[in-house]
Amino acid sequence: MSRIESVMQNLKAANRQALIPFITAGDPAPASTVGLMHALVAGGADILELGVPFSDPMADGPVIQRASERALKHNVSLRDVLAYVAEFRQTNTSTPVVLMGYANPVEAMGYEAFATAAIAAGVDGVLTVDMPPEEAEESVTVFKKHGLDPIFLLAPTTPESRVKEVARMASGYVYYVSLKGVTGSANLDVANVAEKLDFLKQYLNIPIGVGFGIRDAESAKNVAKIADAVVIGSRLVQEVEQGEAGLARRLTEFLSGVRAAMDTARV
Amino acid sequence: MNDKYQQPDQRGHFGQHGGIYVAETLMPALDELKQEFEAAIKDPVFMAEYRHDLKHYVGRPSPIYYAERWSNAIGGAQIYLKREDLNHTGAHKVNNTIGQALLARRMGKKRVIAETGAGQHGVASATVAARYGMECVVYMGAEDVARQAPNVFRMKLLGATVVAVESGTRTLKDAMNEAMRDWVTNVDSTYYIIGTAAGPHPYPQLVRDFQVVIGEECKAQMQEMLGRQPDAVIACVGGGSNAIGIFHPYIEVPGVRLIGVEAGGDGVETGRHAAPLTSNAKAGVLHGQRSYLMHDENGQISETHSMSAGLDYPGVGPEHSYLKDIGRAEYVAINDDEAMQAFHDLCKFEGIIPALESSHALAQASKMAATMRPDEILLVNLSGRGDKDIPTIAKKLGIQL
Repeated sequence: MSRIESVMQNLKAANRQALIPFITAGDPAPASTVGLMHALVAGGADILELGVPFSDPMADGPVIQRASERALKHNVSLRDVLAYVAEFRQTNTSTPVVLMGYANPVEAMGYEAFATAAIAAGVDGVLTVDMPPEEAEESVTVFKKHGLDPIFLLAPTTPESRVKEVARMASGYVYYVSLKGVTGSANLDVANVAEKLDFLKQYLNIPIGVGFGIRDAESAKNVAKIADAVVIGSRLVQEVEQGEAGLARRLTEFLSGVRAAMDTARV
Repeated sequence: MNDKYQQPDQRGHFGQHGGIYVAETLMPALDELKQEFEAAIKDPVFMAEYRHDLKHYVGRPSPIYYAERWSNAIGGAQIYLKREDLNHTGAHKVNNTIGQALLARRMGKKRVIAETGAGQHGVASATVAARYGMECVVYMGAEDVARQAPNVFRMKLLGATVVAVESGTRTLKDAMNEAMRDWVTNVDSTYYIIGTAAGPHPYPQLVRDFQVVIGEECKAQMQEMLGRQPDAVIACVGGGSNAIGIFHPYIEVPGVRLIGVEAGGDGVETGRHAAPLTSNAKAGVLHGQRSYLMHDENGQISETHSMSAGLDYPGVGPEHSYLKDIGRAEYVAINDDEAMQAFHDLCKFEGIIPALESSHALAQASKMAATMRPDEILLVNLSGRGDKDIPTIAKKLGIQL
């Protein structure tokens, strides 16, 4: 059983939902990332999503674009990101880490070389934003062979035929993008998401996380009522953008509030 | 080649290139576009309207002009120019924007967006948006907004909103990123008019099919003028839409060399260029496609250099990468200074002010012509006129306008 699967099963048994924070690796500086990962876990994170900086983050809004730019000023590469995960694993062997990014850095390294290095570093899953199932056959085969969970996106626009295709290839969990748009967009409509999740659940037997538009404890709680996992990204990256002073403490505090609210979602 | 050339495959692959690499939200929109496009191109009513506008609005067919004085000055092969610069809006770009605007209308979209580098595609998009009564937003890198001021004003006159993109390298690739972000947000109401034969399937095929009119006319016109086809067809390649438009009908014509000219900038050997094919860049994934792509060992996209905004792009359309792989087309680079020389020569010998992009193809033609016999023929796609470049040229010459 993969680390993601086991965390998800334990949560399900406790009738709790996964809290999945996202930060960009190397933002604001390479030295801060491992400490921030631990701070997120201290705040109640169940799984960490770590953004791999890319020069052309087409699917991201301004907040995460700027995070990528800050990291790239330090020339943070995919190999560096794997080194941060390896360092994190020295003291944390239980929290799954998912890398989220764009296809080209992985392509440049090569699927085999990447998967081997990722598993060695302690990475659990990979979400490649611009790699839909149609083009992912080869990479998914390699990732699964090495024990990496391929995480896929589903969108409000995704039709039945494509949900089935994603269900066939995905493992770990799927990430439902609650809005048409880029990361950091406006607030989500919970009723609308609930309806869509009912539709998706017919085809998926792995957990469904929801992201885009979750900005505070209240919206996280509302999503926790209907989804298996809550993903928070831009809101945390905004916190990073406020400056390094007390950053780890601020992230822990913010997530703790979210965690507490989520844990009242289904009582 | 024994088999008939038929590219791409059903899922948009040209050999190892092409495909669809976009976020999930856009996948259904691309699928819908593919279906609409395939239906439209077989629909005689749609195609009749497209051809009608190419004739009466654009002024097609564009002539082929024999550049006799320039050919004589060079003293080698005879150079003929396909005059896409004479099209309405001043470049080949409008062939594609008319096709795509008609497609947008057929799909019920009232808002169109576009990215632009030199501004020619932005102008062509703003033009057709006015012509068909659509809202138009054009994304343009902030650096290009500064170096292509006349085209920015032209777009505004035509009623478009021009958004200066400040992210990344502030050039064409960043404009394309921003247009993709707009599209993913407004996918229900908006049609994205991609300006070059690149991007996720079906765009490379769709843009090509709206540009092949260039090469099809050339085949008939050369036959009529000279009773033969040229020894080589030469076109500049940024994303590569004018090149694929003139190359494609010649792919299965034996004996016609196809030569794509990339932007060499300060010289391919300096690393300051925009020539992924000539510099043998590895394949990579950007803007929805796999193709040869300038990027570093970590997969980050490289900064490009060219004085021509329209060629200042790190990637290239997937069909060009494929034509390079199969050896059907050759790709070379022309440096900024060589393109400048060709620009001045065409002004001086022929009274034609070419676009800086097209000047790269002209420079390659003059290089080749000098080594060829007088009975040999080169056909250059003069893809655009150079009025928009006058401020850039003046600045290079140290002249204040």
